[in-house]
Amino acid sequence: MQDKKIRILVAKPGLDGHDRGAKVVCLALRDAGMEVVYSGLHRTIDEIVVMAMQESVDVIGLSIMSGAHLPICRRLMERLKEKDLADIHVVVGGVIPKNDIPKLMDVGATGVFPGGTPFDDIVTSIRSWF
Amino acid sequence: MGVARYEKNEKDAITEVIYQSGIKVKPTYGPKDLEAVGFDYEKDLGDPGQYPYTRSLHPLGYRSRAWTTRQYTGFGTPQDTNERFKYMIAHGQNGLNVAFDLPTQMGYDSDSPMAEGEVGRVGMAVDSLQDFEIAFKDIQFDRIGSGLTINAVASIMLAMYQAVGEKFGYAKEQISATPQNDILKEMIGRGAWIFPVEHGVRLVCDTIEYSVKHLPRCNPVSICGYHIRESGATPVQEIAYAFEIAKAYIDNLVGRGLAPDEFVGRFSFNLNVYGNLWEQVAKFRAARKLWAKMLREQYGVKQDKNLYLRGLFGGGGSGLTKEQPENNIIRGAYYALAAALSGAQTTALCSFDEAYTIPTPRAALLSLRTLEILMEEVGLRDTVDPLAGSYFIETLTKEMEERILAEMSRVQEMGGMVHAISTGFIQREVTKQAYEFEKSLQHGEVTKVGVNKYVEGEQPEVELHEYDDSWVGTQIEKLKDLRRARSDKDVTQSLKTLEQTARTGGNVMPVLVECCRSYATVGEITAVFREVFGEWNEPRLF
Repeated sequence: MQDKKIRILVAKPGLDGHDRGAKVVCLALRDAGMEVVYSGLHRTIDEIVVMAMQESVDVIGLSIMSGAHLPICRRLMERLKEKDLADIHVVVGGVIPKNDIPKLMDVGATGVFPGGTPFDDIVTSIRSWF
Repeated sequence: MGVARYEKNEKDAITEVIYQSGIKVKPTYGPKDLEAVGFDYEKDLGDPGQYPYTRSLHPLGYRSRAWTTRQYTGFGTPQDTNERFKYMIAHGQNGLNVAFDLPTQMGYDSDSPMAEGEVGRVGMAVDSLQDFEIAFKDIQFDRIGSGLTINAVASIMLAMYQAVGEKFGYAKEQISATPQNDILKEMIGRGAWIFPVEHGVRLVCDTIEYSVKHLPRCNPVSICGYHIRESGATPVQEIAYAFEIAKAYIDNLVGRGLAPDEFVGRFSFNLNVYGNLWEQVAKFRAARKLWAKMLREQYGVKQDKNLYLRGLFGGGGSGLTKEQPENNIIRGAYYALAAALSGAQTTALCSFDEAYTIPTPRAALLSLRTLEILMEEVGLRDTVDPLAGSYFIETLTKEMEERILAEMSRVQEMGGMVHAISTGFIQREVTKQAYEFEKSLQHGEVTKVGVNKYVEGEQPEVELHEYDDSWVGTQIEKLKDLRRARSDKDVTQSLKTLEQTARTGGNVMPVLVECCRSYATVGEITAVFREVFGEWNEPRLF
């Protein structure tokens, strides 16, 4: 599926406004040839799902710094299922303790990229799913 | 993380040094370099305490007074925060710097669905005046000043601070608060904005105008190059954007008929200290000078004291790493040295565990001790501006100055800061820098010890502040009790007056004080503003 451009929504759920990481990853993914949509700040899960639907994305990347990554990710997965969008891959970045990575994968994330993950690793992982 | 880029030859000798601001550093400097940049002692430096204040605001610098230390503190319940405040004061801290949780910063009460999972997490939860009564209990308002790290709803917090001070028996003329209150920088980095740009600026300027008239010891705005830098900006952009933000506020206040001499003396700055030591020192010296010159030459400010660039130079958060976290203790000490060599009036230092979460008491105390050791053991109080006259530092200071002015011109060409933020120009510039920096870090062009050089495998365990949400239910119960106990009539009346004032364009501060006194909640007050002002639509960046 290399011909089709991968579309990804980078989303900032919740009240936290630290978006340096999210925006930098947007630029890295764009430079890697993906089509990137950035949600902007303070989004609810429902708003993120609607954006994902409208933009027909293949991947949703959540950027979470607040420590609330598990409940947020769980809620997003539920909503995607309800909307028949379970084929969208969900990846999580931000301040994610190592011990929480398997937990996020259990919840249904396809990839977890804590702050500092090399761009190449993120890009290679995402490409490998298509 | 802001260290310089070094090019080396095959023998590992350095062939090129390029600072984050783009300045190339030579292997040696001499009198000819000063000549080349047109250095003139009287014009460029002046004696300490003399215009343009490049060397120091005060003739005797730290000899007359060491810096004020103001570690950022606050978490959980107002009760927890009160205990931590007293702990820091008992250990020698002479000012408070209050952290608020995200729901408070975004104008939601602890029981709002929007607050779920965030109550008391990154700062203290404040719903009403009742919480301030607990948090500031036994704090001497006439002796200890408080920085209130909040922006979109800073006007509410300042009103609440006045209300609690008065409740404790202090006259409003006695209380000393510095709300951060810089909404424009929130729109560039940090992101705790609510209202559209013009309404955000109006609230900032309402607080400034009110403070000028009624709160003589309050510094109602702290302009934060700090967070702009944390978002990726270079040291040059940090100062240039902070100054252009300041100009946006000044212009608004001048439009209200105030003379700059009436209010600019109340402005303070919050600037960052991480990165290359020399670049930081030159940045602060250039900034002090440019601020004084700009106010005198462009705004006709006459009184010397109003020309001072006062503020907190500290933090350094972006310089810290999760890898090998104890290295951050050492980094913090060097960042503090940069602040001291720059003549910082007030300082605070990020703690070594802050790359993970908010600091433990032990880590916060270690930061305070770092600052004390600098002042009391190693000689930073000996003489004013000890690097003055260095061929290198003075050349660099001139170069920084030129670059800051050029960056300010770019913003002016974009139509000024309000416009440049509304269109996303500044946000794109800063993000571009953050991206370039991250790439150079990942490619090893910029060195970060423990991250891309001298890497160790397994990381040692760090003792971390644990977020305990077991009390959130109690905070919510307390809020519900308050809603039952207070006078509904007073609350409704004060909120109604607030709505009218917000619509008609009068200064909202006096009525905000009334709202706080009636125990209207932060969420209720902000809801009025949300109704009248709406919310900001971020410009699309990508």
